[in-house]
Amino acid sequence: MKFRPNAMEAVGALMVLSLVLVAILAPWLAPYDPTRAVANTFGDPAAPSRMYPLGTDQLGRDVLSRIIFGARISLTVGVAAMAVTMTIGVTIGLTAGFFGGALDFALMRFTDVMLTLPALLLAMAFVAVLQPSILSILLVIGLVSWTQIARVVRAEALSMTQRDFVVAACALGAPSARLIVRHVMPNVMPIIVVMAVLGTSGTLLLDAGLSFLTLGVPPPTPSWGRMIEEATTYFRVAPWLAIFPGLAIFYAVLGFNLLGYGFLRRRARAASAL
Amino acid sequence: MLAYVIRRIVFGAAVLLGTSLITFVIAFVIPADPAVAMAGAKADPATLAAIRTELGLDQPIYIQYARYVDRALHGDLGRSYIRREEVAGLIISRFPATAILALAAMALSLALGIPMGMLAAAHRERALDNLLLVLSLGLVSIPVFWLGTILLIVGGLYLHWFPLGGFDGPKSLVLPAITLALGSAGYYSRILQTNLADAMDQEYVRTARGKGLSLRAAMFKHAMANAMLPLVTLAGLDFAGLLSGVVLTETVFDWPGLGRLAFEAVFNLDIPLVMGTVLFAAALVVIANLVVDLLYAWLDPRIRLGQQL
Repeated sequence: MKFRPNAMEAVGALMVLSLVLVAILAPWLAPYDPTRAVANTFGDPAAPSRMYPLGTDQLGRDVLSRIIFGARISLTVGVAAMAVTMTIGVTIGLTAGFFGGALDFALMRFTDVMLTLPALLLAMAFVAVLQPSILSILLVIGLVSWTQIARVVRAEALSMTQRDFVVAACALGAPSARLIVRHVMPNVMPIIVVMAVLGTSGTLLLDAGLSFLTLGVPPPTPSWGRMIEEATTYFRVAPWLAIFPGLAIFYAVLGFNLLGYGFLRRRARAASAL
Repeated sequence: MLAYVIRRIVFGAAVLLGTSLITFVIAFVIPADPAVAMAGAKADPATLAAIRTELGLDQPIYIQYARYVDRALHGDLGRSYIRREEVAGLIISRFPATAILALAAMALSLALGIPMGMLAAAHRERALDNLLLVLSLGLVSIPVFWLGTILLIVGGLYLHWFPLGGFDGPKSLVLPAITLALGSAGYYSRILQTNLADAMDQEYVRTARGKGLSLRAAMFKHAMANAMLPLVTLAGLDFAGLLSGVVLTETVFDWPGLGRLAFEAVFNLDIPLVMGTVLFAAALVVIANLVVDLLYAWLDPRIRLGQQL
């Protein structure tokens, strides 16, 4: 079967790809150093002009350059946090779904407990414990975001263990590790990929939210959420400071959402075609 | 039915006990000495030791936890280190503002999301469905704190229609409620569209359509009843997500609710207040889920009479 992306997948993939390119090429794309004052506008942000297409901030730094470099931090944290999330979620989900019984019960009740704690509130408390840094933030986001993935993977793994080919492999004496890695895992993989793509929009938003609450990656590293937080002091005189970084977050989150829902739609169509 | 209700209540209580353990662990590893926080950095060792004994910090950790749970059950969540007030009292005084905001946002998101989902399902796989899908994905992709800031700039600063933050009469509720509601509205509309589309494929709806019922009648009379049930559950589960949004929305609008209080607590490493607000938020989510479960059982006899948890 030839792979033909639907419109949502195509647009989403292009958006994500463009973002990755901007992040990689940031030093060549950004007109100025994002952490240096380039305009003599201390305490008095300048409106967009030909020199500074998106204006300058309260410290005279170029907003466009900061947004371009911000893509690096956002994508790094978003994707790495998703990797942590998936590692925890998939491990717990596969273990619970495959082994079942008391282990399943214990893991799923733990998941229920985590589900009742508002993710942002818990992340705030964790960051307070660990002190903000890139590493602590992506660990914290992973620690609070895995519940949904664990549930979905568990349900899929559970249905797989009852399928004939898994039962047959088990009857042939294959050890649990082999059953999981060779038989269950590959069949759960498609839903894991979809969840990872959709989940990245969640980790991006959580990272931006933490940054907005000044609990994100510490300055002077340019971060989109932090830029909006800094802009709130100046929103009467310089609303553009808040508008542009927000558009960047929106673009990134929407890209991953379109890509993920595009996959889901393909799956739904394939299922209803059967 | 009674057995089911009791089972759900026991389950909710067990979940809360679990969350209390998590908040306790967080408090235990927070790098701040409660005795120093209370007495100040200049206190002499004897005073610090006295405070530690008074707070029970010299006891083994499981005794400390048991005492914490025991006190929490009696409504005592300790005293804030910074504000020097009872945590429970602080939470109660801030709760109404958050409750008003959360309920308004919940109502608004359902009022927007349900019609959007129905419209999309009625025009399945056609232009309007795709448009609504992209719209709802757009809504869930907007960072809530940015949306709030933009609404504040447009509605408060330029149009002067609404106050620039604070909690002062019904007018001040409009922008925060919209801010908090739009993301959930997009989410609900997606879920409902999927559920409705599935329900419309079922035999009973096809039979109804075969008898000559119009699409609209089949959807309202037959499919909706089944499609709404999972939405009710999800709205309950999503309550935790709503509370995350509350923290950000309250920060943007300077709304004097629990979200601000929690942020302050984390920022000041005010351990009892951090524990109290997290535990209270979890209790709200547990109660929301309990209400939803009971509603669900009342609406759907299969659950009431079935044996599953």
